[in-house]
Amino acid sequence: MSTIYILWLRQIKRYLRSRSRIIGSLGQPLLFLVALGFGLGPIFQKAGGGNYIDFLAPGVIAQGILFTAIFAGIELIWDRQFGFLKETLVAPVSRFEIMLGRTLGGATIATFQGIIIFGLTLLVGFRPYNLWLLPMGLVIMFIIALFFTGVGTAIASFLDDMQGFQLIMNFLVLPLFFLSGALFPLKGAPDFLSLSAKLNPLTYGVDALRDVLSNITQFGIILDISVLGVLTLLILVLGSYLFSKIQI
Amino acid sequence: MSSIIIDVNQLTKKFKEFSAVDHVSFQVNSGEIFAFLGPNGAGKTTTIKMLTTLLLPTSGTISLNWFNPVTQQDQARASFGIVFQDPSLDDELTAYENMEFHGVLYHVPQSLRKQRIEELLNIVDLWERKDQLIKTFSGGMKRRLEIARGLVHHPKIFFLDEPTIGLDPQTRNQMWDYVAKLNQKENITVFFTTHYMEEAERIAQRLAIIDHGKIIAHGSVEDLKNLTQTSTLEAAFLKLTGKAIREEEANPSEQMRLHRQMWRGRK
Repeated sequence: MSTIYILWLRQIKRYLRSRSRIIGSLGQPLLFLVALGFGLGPIFQKAGGGNYIDFLAPGVIAQGILFTAIFAGIELIWDRQFGFLKETLVAPVSRFEIMLGRTLGGATIATFQGIIIFGLTLLVGFRPYNLWLLPMGLVIMFIIALFFTGVGTAIASFLDDMQGFQLIMNFLVLPLFFLSGALFPLKGAPDFLSLSAKLNPLTYGVDALRDVLSNITQFGIILDISVLGVLTLLILVLGSYLFSKIQI
Repeated sequence: MSSIIIDVNQLTKKFKEFSAVDHVSFQVNSGEIFAFLGPNGAGKTTTIKMLTTLLLPTSGTISLNWFNPVTQQDQARASFGIVFQDPSLDDELTAYENMEFHGVLYHVPQSLRKQRIEELLNIVDLWERKDQLIKTFSGGMKRRLEIARGLVHHPKIFFLDEPTIGLDPQTRNQMWDYVAKLNQKENITVFFTTHYMEEAERIAQRLAIIDHGKIIAHGSVEDLKNLTQTSTLEAAFLKLTGKAIREEEANPSEQMRLHRQMWRGRK
């Protein structure tokens, strides 16, 4: 238990101390909110889609969580060779505890990040429709964060250098975001797009978040959370298996 | 009179067809300072990784403080401390936090932890800087801290994998003084690798030389000099391993190491 806690604490301390990283990582979501939110907003409204900021804000929050979480997981590659991780791997503690502490830490900072972006969305005029549902929103944010930290950890377990990082960014993280229904409604989208979105775990996270924050949903929150919950369990099992196999 | 604390028997590690470590056997006595020498790519680091549970042997046996690192991982792990070739401190944490982290991982009770951290940080002259972030530390300070950290749980065996690489002569000397002091005071067995033969000659009581995955000599510094009819360990080493320069192919971690040094230079 103390192992999990100290690994979690370490992630939190690192996050809080890297202010420039926090501020830097807010640029992208802000850009999405301003450029897309204000740029496409009027057209979206005219087409009968309603208030675009209401639609977009949960998507951008999910994007911030996705990026932070995947990155927290993938940092493992670096850490394994040069960081604390090597220290922890020779300590008399189980790999499972190490992996769990790290993942919970990564998920917590990704959730923080989501909360800060939520603050940004308020600045550009987003208003959640029911304040009582905000705690539920927080839970959903944490599940999204947990899932994608797990994905990052699993990837990092079989990559042995940072060269593959760019590849993952361009062929996994960006498509996950753009093909998730975070930016556009899936209704009326071409079949292939809507199909690829339905195969994308982030879609369910965005949809659940949109349900509790903006009262807009495609699949309903029950289905969303079930899909995401099952996938999170699976990825954590897979991640701890891969992590237990790491040799340096 | 002295008991054997590290007993390695016919240890082998194969990566596909290549034997990085090939039927290696040696013993280290409890309380001695033992040097493990060899040219680049000879199998030193692979051997240390197997001794420290980071890598599973293909065959052969290891006994570490009477534990088997393959089947009794946790007991074996609690028996040793290690300073890795690459720094493994967390740059974003303070010196104290790094020590604390280690203590928690090794289940050192809180009050004892506090006391030992203070004691060790004083020994390596870093107590005054305990609340500074590691990223503000020099290479020598980091090394000293890593040594102190490796000892928080009072290990029986201390592994040092090229601990003095990249350090200036002053820091190197100071570092070995600490290690020798610890060895005498706490009776800790020290197992180290180095490329600096004069260091090994000065510090080590016994040593083994490994080349192409095999132990080619084993004994005290005097034994080796007598064996090769040379006057210094360096000459003995060159006579045993030849003068050809070993080219090591850059593996991913080597590339990352270069990358990292580049970035560090820029900051």
